[in-house]
Amino acid sequence: MSDILHIENIRKTFPGVIALDDVSFSVAQGEIHTLLGENGAGKSTLMNVLTGLYHPDRGHIRIAGEQIHFTSPRDSLACGIGMVHQHFMLVPAHSVFENILLALDKVPNFYSRKTYQAKIQKLIDEFDLDLDLDTPVWKLSIGAQQWIELIKLLMRDCQLLILDEPTAVLTPQESERLFNVLRKLRKQGKSIIFISHKMREVMEVSDRVTILKKGRSIATRTRGDFDESILASLMIGKDKIPQWQKTLQMSDEIVLDIQKLSVRNDRGLSDLDAFNLQLKKGEILGIAGVAGNGQKALAEVLTGLKNTNQGRILAGQKDITNSNARYSYIAGIAHIPEDRKTIGIAPDMSVDENLIMKSFKSGSFRNWIFQNKRAIRRNAEEKIEQFAIKSGPDGTPLRYLSGGNIQKVIIARELSEHPAVLVALYPTRGLDIGSAGYVHKVIADGADRGMSTILIAEDLDELLKLSDRIAVMFRGQLVGYVDPRKTTREEIGLMMSGETPGDSA
Amino acid sequence: MKLVIERREISSALLRFSAPVASIGIALFVAGFLLLASGVSPLAAYREIIIEALGSVYGLSETLVKTTPLIFAGLGVSLAFRMQIWNIGAEGQIYVGAMGATWVALFSGIQNHWMMMVAMFFAAFFCGGLWAGVAGFLRARWQVNEVIVTLLMNYIAILWVDYLIYGPWKDPKGFNFPLTAQFSDTARLAEYFNTRMHSGFFLALFCALVLYLFIERTVWGYEIKVIGSNQKAAQYAGMNTGLAIFFVLFLSGAIAGIAGFSEVAGLQHRLQHGISPGYGYTAIIIAWLAKRSAIGVVIVSFLMGVLLVGGDSLQLLWQLPVAFVYAFQGLILFFLLASDFFIIYRVKLIKGGAHA
Ligand SMILES: Nc1ncnc2c1ncn2[C@@H]1O[C@H](COP(=O)(O)OP(=O)(O)OP(=O)(O)O)[C@@H](O)[C@H]1O
Ligand SMILES: [Mg+2]
Repeated sequence: MSDILHIENIRKTFPGVIALDDVSFSVAQGEIHTLLGENGAGKSTLMNVLTGLYHPDRGHIRIAGEQIHFTSPRDSLACGIGMVHQHFMLVPAHSVFENILLALDKVPNFYSRKTYQAKIQKLIDEFDLDLDLDTPVWKLSIGAQQWIELIKLLMRDCQLLILDEPTAVLTPQESERLFNVLRKLRKQGKSIIFISHKMREVMEVSDRVTILKKGRSIATRTRGDFDESILASLMIGKDKIPQWQKTLQMSDEIVLDIQKLSVRNDRGLSDLDAFNLQLKKGEILGIAGVAGNGQKALAEVLTGLKNTNQGRILAGQKDITNSNARYSYIAGIAHIPEDRKTIGIAPDMSVDENLIMKSFKSGSFRNWIFQNKRAIRRNAEEKIEQFAIKSGPDGTPLRYLSGGNIQKVIIARELSEHPAVLVALYPTRGLDIGSAGYVHKVIADGADRGMSTILIAEDLDELLKLSDRIAVMFRGQLVGYVDPRKTTREEIGLMMSGETPGDSA
Repeated sequence: MKLVIERREISSALLRFSAPVASIGIALFVAGFLLLASGVSPLAAYREIIIEALGSVYGLSETLVKTTPLIFAGLGVSLAFRMQIWNIGAEGQIYVGAMGATWVALFSGIQNHWMMMVAMFFAAFFCGGLWAGVAGFLRARWQVNEVIVTLLMNYIAILWVDYLIYGPWKDPKGFNFPLTAQFSDTARLAEYFNTRMHSGFFLALFCALVLYLFIERTVWGYEIKVIGSNQKAAQYAGMNTGLAIFFVLFLSGAIAGIAGFSEVAGLQHRLQHGISPGYGYTAIIIAWLAKRSAIGVVIVSFLMGVLLVGGDSLQLLWQLPVAFVYAFQGLILFFLLASDFFIIYRVKLIKGGAHA
């Protein structure tokens, strides 16, 4: 195995933060090399250094033995290093084909559409990607959009592919297909740097794992030399994953009653179709379903971002059917959105300011018309400590935080007001195992205090572990409820494909 | 060896401050060649500008006279910038502000000085505010682009004022000049040191302070900043963004409108053609250069004031063409804008052997 990439003693600081302290590792040809580390350990920063977006303060990058200095992602692409970003860079109105073409250089002005189409189609067939070149991008699922990003890099003949948390936005099925593609690429001799917080995936695909901790590479393990617990203990060290115990204490009081709800989307299709759901006080109600079966519409309706076409939502006695987000919040619904960066945060503002986005008008953060900066700071200190948010120097704009830490800020904010109802979409997406455990604990503790949670998650394990009841959705309708202590993955799986359960539930 | 241009990840505060200063220096240097070409010693010319604009009580007072409307208009425009709203219509808002104040001065019949001042102030405030508020309403309600609306409404405002001074408001004793009658003393702001400087300047400074506190300390300022940073997130957090857009454009226009009040009550003492020689447009540049800071607006407005006054004197002293003054202003702006490039990028020399 020959190494194609060497990273030696890389250091990268931002004003007031040491993002990377001293990182060394190497990637061999034809291997899948996983980077593992807590939120804010420096994984994304390291990848940005590697692709030329950031310039290291110290250290070297060598490719095939030769030292290089990238000044922009263009340079690294020219050297065969390509990255699939978490936020895709696609033009929604253009077709798949046009988007791929846009990413290539040296396309002649009068290009032969056929040749290019054939080339791309060959890749699609080779990797079994199920992608139609003429579909406009906005019609595609997130998973399919990721294929486009991948094809762009393959068309440019990248030898080293970097995937920063690619599976965070994928359904388990899509992740599985991605892994198949990665394995095929490995067989062709390409190298892959893979980042994920999901241990199961790390175990499944990695040839080697390098662990980053506080900006240092502390260990590299080869397959066979690691298991989940070894990796976890290397990664978190002495820190413990928070433990929690959920007391089962469901009352029969219904806090939220959704009756015959129908919602159509922009394309005129039904996202929700005569959907019924009842949420009881103090319960965690898991929603299972293949992504795209109406979960997102459900969350948007519940938080006032979308209006209904038919049906009613009752919060206690109050009809909140078509109120806007403000009034639903007053009615006590908190929301952890799926699309964090676009609707969850004010990226130019500090952690302090983001944490009060929903409660800035409340008495504790204001004196008459003025903001009570001291109370706002105190609140931030409390939350930063509680959720172990790595926030950089005071006043750092939120955009500079790592993905997981941004997510923690949102969760801390949403849960701070002791909401009566929480609608959480994929709340632990992008969080390291310690933080995910803490969020589970916070939700479970909230339930003990009487908070009712609608938990929309992709990970069946997470649903089974946390939920008191699980409702299964299919094509915008409720298929039925199951009891997580009695059901099986198979039963839920069947229901997720639309089969109504017998009289078991 | 090779020169490369790299994007900086973060630009330091020192750099953000020093780049504009350095670029003014470069602009002075380059403009020096223009001066040489017309046979004038650059050093003498610059000394002249400084002396003219700052070296005497009279010069300083004239500079502050020009600075005053620039501060108001600049503050108004920069407030809207804060929320990613582009108010290109400060010029028109100055005109309607002046018009409102003039109406009160000429026709309200108020006898008490302070009541007159307050009434004129608010007339200008609301006229300017409503003028911009039209754009705010259209934007909030139907997503109509505020740039176009505010810009086009400038022409309406200016022509409307022309109509008034050529027609119904024309001074009957004014030998048919397009002017209104002079204001009585009740409708004039205090003047100082026997110069044209008036208390509008202090009002402008006070406005800057209030606006600073408003943005940085109040709950509404917070709301404006959140909406400016991410409108969707603001909506999701329950903020009424439509109302905020209207409100901010209203306030933006209202502050620009005060410039109109200050000009007619403090300086011109009547409404006439060309009451603003483009202050509203200069304000856009000021707001942009001040990088959204109220204090910055005051400083940049003062620099522009120096330039306007000093430039005038070059014209008188050396018969330099007017175009020179504009070229000089243009150069300074050009280098100020160029300095932004160096704030975002850095140029680096790389030793041989480097790849890519
Ligand atoms: N442009 C920047 N300016 C300032 N600080 C930054 C910047 N980029 C990253 N950081 C800081 O560097 C640290 C490492 O961030 P990075 O995004 O690399 O973490 P990560 O390992 O990818 O975490 P996650 O798993 O949450 O995505 C964080 O503390 C972050 O706040
Ligand atoms: Mg990251």
